[in-house]
Amino acid sequence: MTRHLALSSFLVAASFAASLLGASPATAERLVASMSRHQVLVNSNFAGTSIVLFGTVEPDSAAALRRRNAGYDVVVTVTGPKQSIVTMRKERVAGIWTNVASRTFINVPSYLAVFSNQPFDKIANADTLRRQQIGIDNTLLPQQIGPDVGDPGPNDPFRTNFVRLKTEHGLYRQAANGVTLLTPTVFRAEVPLPAETAIGNYDVEVEVFADGAQVARGGSAFELIKVGFEQFIATAARDHGLLYGLATALMAIMTGWFASVVFRKD
Amino acid sequence: MQIYLPIADLPVDMFVVLAMGLAVGFISGMFGIGGGFLMTPLLIFIGIAPAVAVASVSTHIAASSCSGVISYWRRRAVDLPLGVMLLAGGIIGTALGVSLFTLLRRIGQLDLTIGISYVVLLSAVGGLMINESLRAIIRQQQGKPATPRRGGSHTWVHGLPLKMRFKRSKIYVSVIPVLAIGLLIGFVGAIMGIGGGFLLVPMLIYVLRVPTATVIGTSMVLTLITMAAATVMHSATNHLVDAVLALILMTGGVVGAQFGARAGQNMRGERLRLLLGLLVLAVGMRFAFQLVVKPDDLYSLRVLGAE
Repeated sequence: MTRHLALSSFLVAASFAASLLGASPATAERLVASMSRHQVLVNSNFAGTSIVLFGTVEPDSAAALRRRNAGYDVVVTVTGPKQSIVTMRKERVAGIWTNVASRTFINVPSYLAVFSNQPFDKIANADTLRRQQIGIDNTLLPQQIGPDVGDPGPNDPFRTNFVRLKTEHGLYRQAANGVTLLTPTVFRAEVPLPAETAIGNYDVEVEVFADGAQVARGGSAFELIKVGFEQFIATAARDHGLLYGLATALMAIMTGWFASVVFRKD
Repeated sequence: MQIYLPIADLPVDMFVVLAMGLAVGFISGMFGIGGGFLMTPLLIFIGIAPAVAVASVSTHIAASSCSGVISYWRRRAVDLPLGVMLLAGGIIGTALGVSLFTLLRRIGQLDLTIGISYVVLLSAVGGLMINESLRAIIRQQQGKPATPRRGGSHTWVHGLPLKMRFKRSKIYVSVIPVLAIGLLIGFVGAIMGIGGGFLLVPMLIYVLRVPTATVIGTSMVLTLITMAAATVMHSATNHLVDAVLALILMTGGVVGAQFGARAGQNMRGERLRLLLGLLVLAVGMRFAFQLVVKPDDLYSLRVLGAE
């Protein structure tokens, strides 16, 4: 029993050391990435937009130089503000189609875009992709299932349909040609943001692979904020509901009164 | 021209919404109803969440009924005491309706409830109106007076205690049915996003025997105040009223209503009721169709809230 415990703690320590090593080859490659804008302003004529990520990978050692010559692969993951989202399924009950089953996805990204310069399976093996959570199928989307919270995997029907609906709205997207390597070390990726994109902070994670292994990682971020009138209305409605309601009701009455004055016949 | 709605959180074409306001306003002016039962489904159709649609339409109806109330008031066609009594019931009904709305939204059955209520209510009211107006038209073609004699026909409603005299409407009835009608209209209105004018007018005529002279003006007073109250209550509890959406709708609505009212004056009463009955029934049937036909997508998403 003691030996078993000792062995397993040795394994944990070893894998911890390995993961540390795995995370630090950034000493050999230097990654610099930045968004074209760090703030996307949502005003009354906002109908979606897109922003661009630029980055470079600088090889810093002889080994890194060799890797560069073999070619880098770049994966960009953009994660929007977290939301809890209910996915409902309709079934026919007594002749009427009604929501009978539902699953709640807890704190999942409202927006998720995964871009790469070539298909994931050519960048790294399945194990690595799963471990690094690369691609929508490998991203953890925890659901509330009874008392437990977990991700039943990419074949779960609720998860499949959740991802499908999100994709139809342009909020989840995955593209194996989303990252363009302008030179072997300079890349760009365009991040489309449809009009429905949630307000909040967005994380951008950049991972550089060479020969199936991660050699550098870095990140950037941007935020989507409502400005001006849009922001004023949204804040007022949320924080001062009663006052906002009274003002809106007054607006309705004034409009009605104004119309009756304008169109008065006598 | 696209405009981003701050509460519905999506862009809409401003002219499409304005045109919807105009069209529904025209119909509402023509028939003397709020038109919420047409507007709410239209908004849902262009992609606005049902909850936001219901809440914002109540603001739109408040505006269109306000201009109606003012013109009826000038013609002394408003029975204020009757309106106040209906209102007392209406406010309670609205509060009950808003709280049931909140509950249904939480358990995920709001859309179904809205759907079934539309089917039942609209089919029943539409059917009754068609039946009644067809009879009137047939009677007229046989050379008999279009409206049957309404006097002297007292029902059990007139036997209830706590009677009150409403001078302008020249009726003497118990306040119990008055309060009950107000409560029902407020309740139904808050859940379905309708002013309830198309329900209230027949109820006032057939149950309380309110004369046609004061019925529409009085009904509009009730609609105005319950819808203004629903706006405030929906804002305070569910934060779902989109003021920008409501403003575009009401701008189209008040203009359309003026033209509709002129068109309506050139038509005979029973023809008008037949048309309205057909319209109400058609909307009811559309909802029924939606409930029984297999939906394109069995799955749907609803955002619970940000972290």
